[in-house]
Amino acid sequence: MKPLVLNTLLALLALALFLASLGVGPAELGLSESLAGLFAGGSEAAEIIMREIRLPRALLGLAIGFTLGISGAVLQGFLRNPLAEPGIVGVSAMAAFCAVAVFYSGLAGSSLYALPAGALVGALAAVLILMALAARSGSTLTLILAGVALSSLSGALTSLVLNLSPNPFASYEIIFWLLGSLKDRSMEHVVLALPLMAAGWLLIALSGRAIDALSLGEEAAQSLGIHMARTRLLIIAGVALCVGAATAVAGTIGFVGLVVPHLIRPLTNRMPSVLLLPAGLGGAGLLLAADIAARLVLPAGELNVGVLTALIGAPFFLWLVVRSRREAF
Amino acid sequence: MRLDVQDLRVSLSGRPILHGISLALNPGEVVGLLGPNGAGKSTLMRALAGQVAATGTMRLDDTDIAALSPAARARLIAYLPQTRIIGWRLSVRDLVGLGRLPWRGYGLRPSAEDEEIIASALALMDVAYLADRPATELSGGEQARVLAARAVAQATPLLLADEPASGLDPAHQIMMMRALRRLAAEGRSVLVSLHDLTLAARWCDRVVMLKQGLLAAEGLPEAVMTPQRLAEVYGITAHFTRDEGGLILAPTGLTDGEAGS
Repeated sequence: MKPLVLNTLLALLALALFLASLGVGPAELGLSESLAGLFAGGSEAAEIIMREIRLPRALLGLAIGFTLGISGAVLQGFLRNPLAEPGIVGVSAMAAFCAVAVFYSGLAGSSLYALPAGALVGALAAVLILMALAARSGSTLTLILAGVALSSLSGALTSLVLNLSPNPFASYEIIFWLLGSLKDRSMEHVVLALPLMAAGWLLIALSGRAIDALSLGEEAAQSLGIHMARTRLLIIAGVALCVGAATAVAGTIGFVGLVVPHLIRPLTNRMPSVLLLPAGLGGAGLLLAADIAARLVLPAGELNVGVLTALIGAPFFLWLVVRSRREAF
Repeated sequence: MRLDVQDLRVSLSGRPILHGISLALNPGEVVGLLGPNGAGKSTLMRALAGQVAATGTMRLDDTDIAALSPAARARLIAYLPQTRIIGWRLSVRDLVGLGRLPWRGYGLRPSAEDEEIIASALALMDVAYLADRPATELSGGEQARVLAARAVAQATPLLLADEPASGLDPAHQIMMMRALRRLAAEGRSVLVSLHDLTLAARWCDRVVMLKQGLLAAEGLPEAVMTPQRLAEVYGITAHFTRDEGGLILAPTGLTDGEAGS
């Protein structure tokens, strides 16, 4: 499919799901009532529900889905590895751990921003560690191993906090960070996360030429004028910024970043840079759809969207792998 | 452009690999780089391609290669690595098109000139009929030619090809060497490492022979490839004949002593 056609279709799909997401919730609002609440100020209740509950949720679904999709696509291209996904660099695990630590220490009560700020500090720490390593060793493999180590360490520390947590309510809050959710997010969260995510997307977009050249391996890419050290920094910083910001407001949401590039790739010419934008749009669509489903399946309790993406994503991925015995990538 | 290398030294992880190599390539020349495994052929190419740190001087006409930015170097020197990597199921045409990256603004589609250069690179390596196939589904020999076409499409005055003929059937080995000769005829310089001594003897203007990081010999193929030198450098005995196309060399056995041990 031509990139322009594909991107248009995926953008329309994401837009439709964005509007659908605005229309779903426990409060029974009609279409006209919702629109009035959003734009013109209908009844006060409708206005609050639309502007302060549903709009931030839909916006975050869009932006975080885009982040996960584009990050997965750039990492797969960069590492020439179809198994790469945003979690692999350890940024989201570190972010989640720091959020949990802030919660456990009791600092979370002090301000609305304490938790997301803690998560951002965690993401930043992970980035600094990875960048220091990238600058020193100059090997992509080292970078990945470091990311995996960071992930495991943060996972273990998070479990430790979970074990030590004093009451079930605390455990519930911690599980939120581990499973990811877009529930009860406010416009403040959007304002906090969106600029950082946008900066990350920009850095990722700048690496397009490099990931194309890396299809031929690092040696050939260098001979095509790619500055490997700069490329590593660009991609690590870009992914860390947007995934860190996403995790800071919604916890760790799995599988979107892994699955979406695989779904979209066969619809492109498989050039890594061409995949970036459609993978982002597809990720936005998938996360919005999963978030709508999370609200519809169990209206009373509400599933964590991260659980849903994994529940759907994992079997689907398995099917994808089995179906295409020859190279699917 | 004329390549001039003086006293090139390279160490990897503290171990010296090249101990002061000097050589020159003139425009229009195909120079064969010979030597046993581990002699430093690939390291020499990687140093020229700016991928390992080296001391000594490397100049293309008046340009100091070591001082070039990666982007500027990519417009002067194309490097075809020995390891053949194709990451995704790219079509052959798109893969060869990657050779145009150094010449293209980011995000821009290939220009008409790009398309023309890509088409001629495909034709030169005899892979035009594969242009729309996924490169990952080709045979090893076809992939080798497609990757070579990528380096050709870079349209640089200097091409470094690390064992481009290995793994090719005899017909395509000859086609590969003939393609390199055609590039030279256009005024480019080609440095090509080879293990097949007969290919080197018949298709290269000159050969450079390395042994353990040192220049063992350099000159016309017939002057360099003598029985004594093959024994000394490779530890082999060989049968020598010749026809109107040049020397024909068939390794027949190992010399006694150091060979094979």
